[in-house]
Amino acid sequence: MGSTTAKEIVISVCAGTGGVAAGGFNVIEAFKAELDKNGLSANYQPRVHKVGCRGFCAKDVLVDVQVDGKTETYQFVTPEKVAPIVSEHIVGGKPVKKWLVKKDYHIFHDKQQKLVLANCGQIDPESIEEYIAAGGYRAASKALGMGPDEIIEIIKASGLRGRGGGGFPTGIKWESCRRASGVVKYVLCNADEGDPGAFMDRSIIEGNPHAVIEGMIIGAHAIGSVEGFVYIRAEYPLAVERLRRALEQAREKHFLGKKIFGTEMDFDIKIVLGAGAFVCGESTALMTSIEDKAGEPRPKYVHTTDRGLWGKPSNLNNVETWANVPMIIEKGAKWYAGIGSERSKGTKIFSLVGKINNTGLVEVPMGIPLRDVIFKIGGGIPKKKQFKAVQTGGPSGGCIPASLLDMPLDYEHLSEAGSMMGSGGMIVMDEDTCMVDVSKYFLQFCVDEGCGQCTPCREGVFQMVRLLNEITEGKGTEKHIGLLEELAATIKDTSLCALGTSAPNPVISTLRYFRDEYEAHIFDKHCPAGVCKALTHFYIDADKCTGCTLCARNCPAGAITGEKKEPHVIDQDKCIVCRICYENCKFGAVQKG
Amino acid sequence: MDVAAMDAILAKFPTIRGNLIGILHEMQSHFNYLPEEDLRYLSKKTQIPITQIYSIANFYNRFSLKPKGKNTVCVCLGTACHVKGAERVMDEIKAQLKVDVGESTDDMQFSLEEVRCIGACSLAPAVVVNEETYGQVAPKQIHGILQKFKK
Repeated sequence: MGSTTAKEIVISVCAGTGGVAAGGFNVIEAFKAELDKNGLSANYQPRVHKVGCRGFCAKDVLVDVQVDGKTETYQFVTPEKVAPIVSEHIVGGKPVKKWLVKKDYHIFHDKQQKLVLANCGQIDPESIEEYIAAGGYRAASKALGMGPDEIIEIIKASGLRGRGGGGFPTGIKWESCRRASGVVKYVLCNADEGDPGAFMDRSIIEGNPHAVIEGMIIGAHAIGSVEGFVYIRAEYPLAVERLRRALEQAREKHFLGKKIFGTEMDFDIKIVLGAGAFVCGESTALMTSIEDKAGEPRPKYVHTTDRGLWGKPSNLNNVETWANVPMIIEKGAKWYAGIGSERSKGTKIFSLVGKINNTGLVEVPMGIPLRDVIFKIGGGIPKKKQFKAVQTGGPSGGCIPASLLDMPLDYEHLSEAGSMMGSGGMIVMDEDTCMVDVSKYFLQFCVDEGCGQCTPCREGVFQMVRLLNEITEGKGTEKHIGLLEELAATIKDTSLCALGTSAPNPVISTLRYFRDEYEAHIFDKHCPAGVCKALTHFYIDADKCTGCTLCARNCPAGAITGEKKEPHVIDQDKCIVCRICYENCKFGAVQKG
Repeated sequence: MDVAAMDAILAKFPTIRGNLIGILHEMQSHFNYLPEEDLRYLSKKTQIPITQIYSIANFYNRFSLKPKGKNTVCVCLGTACHVKGAERVMDEIKAQLKVDVGESTDDMQFSLEEVRCIGACSLAPAVVVNEETYGQVAPKQIHGILQKFKK
């Protein structure tokens, strides 16, 4: 029997994909067992619940321990740490200081403004009751008492723009769909988050699925639809499961189905699973895919708001856009339009990944300087390396160099810089990242994921990859850059869908900011970042080598020899240029050349 | 051909419209691939031309027309994983399993797949075996991970 006098105990454990992979479910079980063991379960009805992504995935498993309203957050929690936390903190009243989050956790959150993610990490995503208790479904209930035009005016006045790519004004899209002729109309949610490096939509659905459902109910009422679809990636099993459960719960509460919220309105939502095709994130391809076909994009002579799914007017927004809707209805257009920059309103969620200290999900007001996101929230670049670029917008986007770090983050500035907002993936690159290799990566991605329908994209991007391969293999000539630029222009002009027209963007933007790297590959036969194997070799600086033998022990090719405490040597004939020695050397003795 | 299994799968879908991909997902998870005979049965039952079914089965990465191994090893090659060395992890798995991407081991224990981002970028580089996600995977961990799934 514990000696605590606490009455209310709430343990919130991160159970997003990051939390689960780090062992979140085991931590939950350990807490339950430990609370039982200390006799707390019988006396105080403690609540141990799973919550969605808390953003700072690098610190998982993150756990909030709340005792009588006072919350402490622990990082890197494992089942072994649970017993001491329960006995010292919950029973003894003294938090286990050494395992609490540190200063960096607070800095990570200081400049953020969590609106869309406000409930993620706070409520149990599998409980509709917790969502309702947090104010959920109030906006939908309110909206159903309003006229459709009134709702559309609010969304227009809020300045909300699509969070999935182009940034089209949401209210105008809704209005076009409402005005389109036809009785049957569809509202669709794009949860086919395919941009590599972006996972905000996954986290929203895993952490707060009801917000998306509520947004879609409001949209359906405004547009005049009785049937909605969420097209979601099969690669996100946890999100699919939580969404499915949330839909069932909403039906039980009569928020979905016939006569929802006690009104005359019928509306229900169906889940359609993707099957691993990136191109299905494109609006028309997504619709083709729901129609039981291979997901090939269609020409957009007629807007999908007029003729979309099964030829009917269809309104497609992505997960984050839908999740913004309830709070706009709840708090008003004026409030929302007060957040962000001149033409980009509200907040945007970015996933901060790659060569950055604080990887995770961040939500910031639009217009915040890029520098603040990378160096304050993100905590800068690991191992004191130099920041080189940040890639945004997925395969359709571009790379932003260090010289533009003070740029405000919004739709306008990102596209001026030759990139785009996209869904908000931010991949940070340091001095060890080769920009030619990165371009090649994205174009290869488009070759693999292209649908093969139109010639410019299918053949043109393929040829660009071939040219990039030659450059990284040391076979580049002075003609290569010109050919790349010519192909890029043609593909941009003539491809069928937005994926094709944007496929050359990574090359265009890296040629704009990092042309010197291309030239080094072509003329000096040298990869400055030491990534392209044919143009890189590693050697050991005898003055810096302490002979610690770490490199020799880790070399998979057995290419490094040397006596203990004596300088080591790399046998260039045996070296496979895998970089392991370079990355592991604690003395900076392994040099690239 | 497994008529009983196919009928059970079809019974889960009250309408066919908008559900064909869902049906193929169920078949893929039941049979571990899409057997031709069962696809033909599906075509007969649903009146959807076999050519349309085949084009879908062929288009989407999640569907396989060849039998797959007992365990699926999926290496994430998303951008974050790429810049953090996913290729080295992939090379190591290829070497240990002695297969290329899209192939299965001779004993049908493992199939090797690549995926372009599973959205677990903070865990980069990530590897998914069946339903289990492994984060910050280093090549030297591969042996241990694979060992866990060998019967």
